[in-house]
Formats: sequence, structure tokens, C-alpha cells
Amino acid sequence: MAAEAVQFDGVAKAFAGIAVLDGVNLSFPAGLTTAVVGESGSGKTTLLQLINGVLQPDAGQVRVFGEAVPRQAVERFRRRIGYAVQGAGLFPHLTNRQNVVLLAQLEGWTEEAIEVRYAELLDEMDLPEEVSGRYPHQLSGGQQQRVGLCRALMLKPGLLLLDEPFSAVDPITRAGIYERFEFVQRHEGVSTVLVTHDMREAVHLGDRLVILRAGRVVRSGATDEVVNAPGDAYVEQLVNQQL
Amino acid sequence: MKPRWLKGTTNRWLAPSRWLGVALAVLLAAAGHAAAEPIRIASKNSNESYLLSEIAAQLLESKGFAVERRFGLGGTLIAFDALAAGEIDLYMEYTGTLSQAILKLGHDASREAMNQQLKGDGLRLLHPFGFNNTYAIAVRREQAQALGLARIGDLAGHPALKLVFSHEFLEREDGWPGLKQAYGLPFNATGIEHALAYQAIAEGALDVTDAYSTDGELLRYDLVLLEDDRRFFPRYLAAPLVRVDVGAEVVQALETLGGTLDDAAAQALNATVVVDGASFADVAAGFLAERGVASETGGDDLWRSLAANTAQHLKLTLTALAAAVVAGLSLSLLVFRWAVAARSAVYLCGLLQTVPSIALLALMIPLFGIGAAPAVVALFLYSLLPVVRNTVTALTTIDPTLLRVADAMGLSGREQIRHVYLPLSMPSVLAGIRTAAVINIGTATLAAFIGAGGLGDPIVTGLALNDVSLILQGAVPAAMLAIATELAFEGVERVVVPGHLRAK
Repeated sequence: MAAEAVQFDGVAKAFAGIAVLDGVNLSFPAGLTTAVVGESGSGKTTLLQLINGVLQPDAGQVRVFGEAVPRQAVERFRRRIGYAVQGAGLFPHLTNRQNVVLLAQLEGWTEEAIEVRYAELLDEMDLPEEVSGRYPHQLSGGQQQRVGLCRALMLKPGLLLLDEPFSAVDPITRAGIYERFEFVQRHEGVSTVLVTHDMREAVHLGDRLVILRAGRVVRSGATDEVVNAPGDAYVEQLVNQQL
Repeated sequence: MKPRWLKGTTNRWLAPSRWLGVALAVLLAAAGHAAAEPIRIASKNSNESYLLSEIAAQLLESKGFAVERRFGLGGTLIAFDALAAGEIDLYMEYTGTLSQAILKLGHDASREAMNQQLKGDGLRLLHPFGFNNTYAIAVRREQAQALGLARIGDLAGHPALKLVFSHEFLEREDGWPGLKQAYGLPFNATGIEHALAYQAIAEGALDVTDAYSTDGELLRYDLVLLEDDRRFFPRYLAAPLVRVDVGAEVVQALETLGGTLDDAAAQALNATVVVDGASFADVAAGFLAERGVASETGGDDLWRSLAANTAQHLKLTLTALAAAVVAGLSLSLLVFRWAVAARSAVYLCGLLQTVPSIALLALMIPLFGIGAAPAVVALFLYSLLPVVRNTVTALTTIDPTLLRVADAMGLSGREQIRHVYLPLSMPSVLAGIRTAAVINIGTATLAAFIGAGGLGDPIVTGLALNDVSLILQGAVPAAMLAIATELAFEGVERVVVPGHLRAK
């Protein structure tokens, strides 16, 4: 496995002539959580979509574990990348268990293998067995979010993309999920890219930080380094506001 | 136009419904088997057969026999087989048909010769009514004059004429194949339901068709018969064909009908029903009253016709609905990703819906002829809008977050349809199908106008005969069918859609 989970080399992306990402060079080390922080419009969602091939760069290259993001047959590629989104995005017509195991079933896993992995994830996320047969709307927001993470992790992906997954949850619940997530992230050893507008969350969860502003990387580095030496007025402002 | 309900049918479409009718009759018989065995009287698929059988039924009822009416059997062979098998006790047969089509005795075999052969099966042809209702070849009066058509042989000089015959005539040796040979006619002919042929010839949809020489419609539509100058058609004298084991008293009673109707009297009786709209029961009662027989006007076998009509109705609506669901869903899935195409599809289906149902049915005739096929196509077109509109709307209004997740998870297009789009659209799709089904059941009652049968038949007949009870025989079950459909769909929804996603 490459040392870099994700690598951006000179990546540019524009929509209708307006640059959203402009000459981005970034590396996301394997096994760590990298938090990408930015306001809306900073290009952080575009950055995420370039990683899982929803978008293709106008210039430069994005590689995942050393492999260029494919343009064709992206489904195979995406199944190796877990994805969780704000509000959990659980399918309302499926029970929580069905949501989690859907991909494994499509991949042709045996029922035994599915059950073993599912039980493991419930345990890691500290979810009671009772949630399995219930539908998402019967769970609290925090529980839905945990089910969403279980779904993202079901196929044991090497890379996990989190698109503001915790922002819809109240602060107390959020603290609990943070704790579970950190435990699971280390236990599974999954490289994680977390996109958030919340500097506090980024600092709390990120081993590394990437600060995006208007399509450019303002600052990136280990979380401690960035917090202790912002090196940029905007970053300093972010750090001071949130802490 | 005589609807099929009056004429019975030779159409294969009805075969299963007949079994349903028989099954129902068996059930009813089993339920009330304490009563004496009724005399089971059948009729074939012409209104004359109905009328003669009704006369026989009322005559026997007046003598104290219990009678069960099994009118409208589809064609000679079905009726004869039913009689030979003991499923019925008697029906009205014609000498020419019996001697040629059934007994293969050739042209004018005597009644004695036929009965000799029938003996082995325990059957007997009784004394004929007297009139000769032979096959005849009919053309429009104005066309006969324009082309100088007087004899059947004159047709040979006009190869552009369109010959369309009843299905039975087309097949029978004593029908078209023999006629074609006897006169050396250079035509190919196609088939039509007899009940609709008159309407079609009057409108010019066809030029030449077979008729029965005592049909009341000949007057109504101003048709003339071409002379059979080579005497191809044998005599067709109507007479009761009975099972001998029905009993001597019954046979004796029926023999009194012999010689009671000449050609003119038969045509007049037929016209009373077909042109004046009197019911068979009333005409039969009037006929018997003139002969000093006081009869009660017993009804048709309500349950048999009800079962048959309902089955045909279900067949029409379910076929159309199934096709509309398959086509509507496919179309919707094909277009929903492109806003313009999706809107066009819904708009086009909506346009179809604005065509009045009667007009839509009528528009189908030039394309698909008459009968069940055009009705199914019309109902199909009518069902498209609710299915397509609901499906497209549902598919295009799915929460975009879910679609983003489905995409990012690595679900292929097909998997997204199967696991995300369709299940999430299901409540709306089901509601659309449900609407289509109910519209279908209502609209299908109009299909009787183009000879498709179903619950519209008693309605149409009831309208023609000004008979409210007959109208209700179609309207009430149609309404109940609509309610049952609503309930059935609720049940389906309960099974298919989780509670929190159901439309309420």
C-alpha cells in the first residue's frame, strides 16, 4: 500500500469558467484522518467528489493508493471507498441492517460473512442489536449517523470519505459519536478524509488539517503544527474563533 | 348493433370465462342440490337461437318443469359436444348444420336419416319450427344496384370487393370454402364476429358478408341477399335437438312447437327483438300467449352471464393494465433523467387521456378491427397516463442526498434503479397503477360498444332493451370490481411498502 492514501497533483477544476479548485497539491497519508476545513464555496465538496470520481479534474491528477481515479467502471473503484454524509443519507425504505449490508449482498458475500461483519460494526459503533430491524426514521439522529458510518465501513474500505457527517447532530450526541469514530478509525486502520466547516471538529478528529479558501490550499500539516503556528491570518482567525 | 351478450360468442377469448361460469354453476348446483334436476336449455350464438331457446324454456316452465338457461354457447361444435356429453339437455339446431357440419351426411339428409345416426348418442332432432333460416350472402342495396349484383355468381366480376365472414361461416365446409368452390369465386376472405358484421357492412368497412335469411337486421341496415342460383346452401330448418333421456313429457311438449313459424313470422319475431328492442323473454311470452300458453317470463341465467361477463371484464382490464404497467414503467425509467423527455412523455400520455373514451375506442377500429384487441389497446393507452405521470414524478423527486449517496457508494445505474429509485417510488407508482386500474374498470364497460364483451354487454343490451335490471347486472359488478381493486391495492401496498412510506 502506498504511503499516501490520496494524492492531488496540480489539480484544477472549474464550473462554467469559475475556478473552484486551482492548482491543488495535497497528500493524505494512509491510516490517518485528514480534516479538510473551509467555508461553503471553498471547494471542499468538489475536492471530495474528485476523490471518488464523481468529478474529473480539468487539469492535474488525483490518485487513490497510487492509482489514478478511473473514468470508467467507477462503481468497482467506489466500493473500495466508504462514504458517509450529513444527515446519514440512509435509505428510508430499508431497515438499518439492510442499509448497512446492502453493498455486501451485492458483492455476493455469504450470509455468515455478512453477519460476522455486521455484528462487529454494531459492536464498534456501540449500537444495540434492536436497531437492526427498525427503519432509520425510528432512530435518533446520532444513532442514524452511526448506522451511516457502519454502512460506509461494511466492505472494509481502505479509504473513508466523510462529508460533514456530524454537523446535523446536537453537541452532546456529537461528542459520543466522535469518541466512537476515533475508536473505529484506529481499530479499522482506515484512511479518512473528513470535510467540515467546523474547525473545532477538524481539530478534534483530524490528525492532519487542510485549510481551503476560495479553491486554494491556505495551509496544510499536522494538526498541532497548524494550531500552534497558523502562519496565515485567515488560519489564525479560524483557530482563534473555534478554540 | 347487437352486443355479444345477446349473440353468445365463437371467440376463444371467452373460453376460460365459460369454465368459470361452469365452475360457478357447479358450485350453485352443489349448494342447492335438494331441488329437482332442472332441464338445462342452451342456445348458440345468434339471437334467433336465444329466442327459440327462450320459447322452449318458457313452454317447459309453463308445464311445470324447472329450467336452467345456458344461453350463448360459442358455436355449433361446443353446443353439440355439450349436449352429447350431457352438460346440457337441449338446444336449437339447424338441419343443414347438423347433417353437414356434425353428422357429415352431406346436403339435404332427411330428419329420419339424421335421427338414425343420432340414436347412438341418445340424441334426437325434434319437429322443426318450419322456417328456413339458411345462410345467405348479403350486400348493401346501393352497392348491389351500382354493381348490378343479383346473384352470388355476380361477385366474381368484382375482385376488389371486401369479403368478411363470421368466423364459423369462414370455417364450415357448407360455408365459405364450399361456396368459393361452387361459384369459383376469386376472393380471399377474413373473419369477423357475426354480431358486428352488419354494423361494419352498413358503414362500408366491408362489402360482402354472410347473413341468416331470417335476420331482423337485414331490414334495419337496408341489405339485400344475393340469389343462390346454384343452390349451394342447404336448408336450415330450426328444431330442438334434445337428449332422449330428458324424458317423454319434455319431448312431447317441445314437439308442439313444430310448424309454428314460417319464414316471415320468424323474421318478424327476430326484428321485434333486434329492431324494436323487446326482450327475448317478452317476445317468447307473446309468441306462446298467441298459442294459448301462459308463461312466466323467466330471466336469463343471471349467475352464468355474470360470471362470464366479469371474467371477460377482468381479462380486458388486466391485460391492458399489465401492458400499461410494463410499458409505463419502462418509458418512465427511460426518460426520467432528461427533464425535457420526461415532461414530453407525461404530456403525450396526458394528451391520450383527453380523448373521450368512446372516441378512443372508436379510433381503434380502423387500426385493430373490432373485438377484444382494440379494446385492450384503448384501455392500455388510457392507463398510461396515471402510471407514467406518477412514476416520472416519483423518480424525479427523490431526495438528492440519497442519490448522491447511492452514487458514491458505488451502486451501478441498474442497482440504483433496483434498490433506490424503484422502491422509493413504489408508493407513488402503486397509486398510479391503482388509479389506472379503476379508470380501466370503468372505461372497459364501454368496450362492449366495439364488441369486446365484459360487464358492458348487459349495460349496452339493457340500454338497447330499456331494461334497468340488465343495466344493473353490468353496473353493479363493475362498481364492486372497482371497490375490490381499491382494497386489493391497499393490501398490495401494505405488503410492498413499509408503513412510514405509505401515502396517506
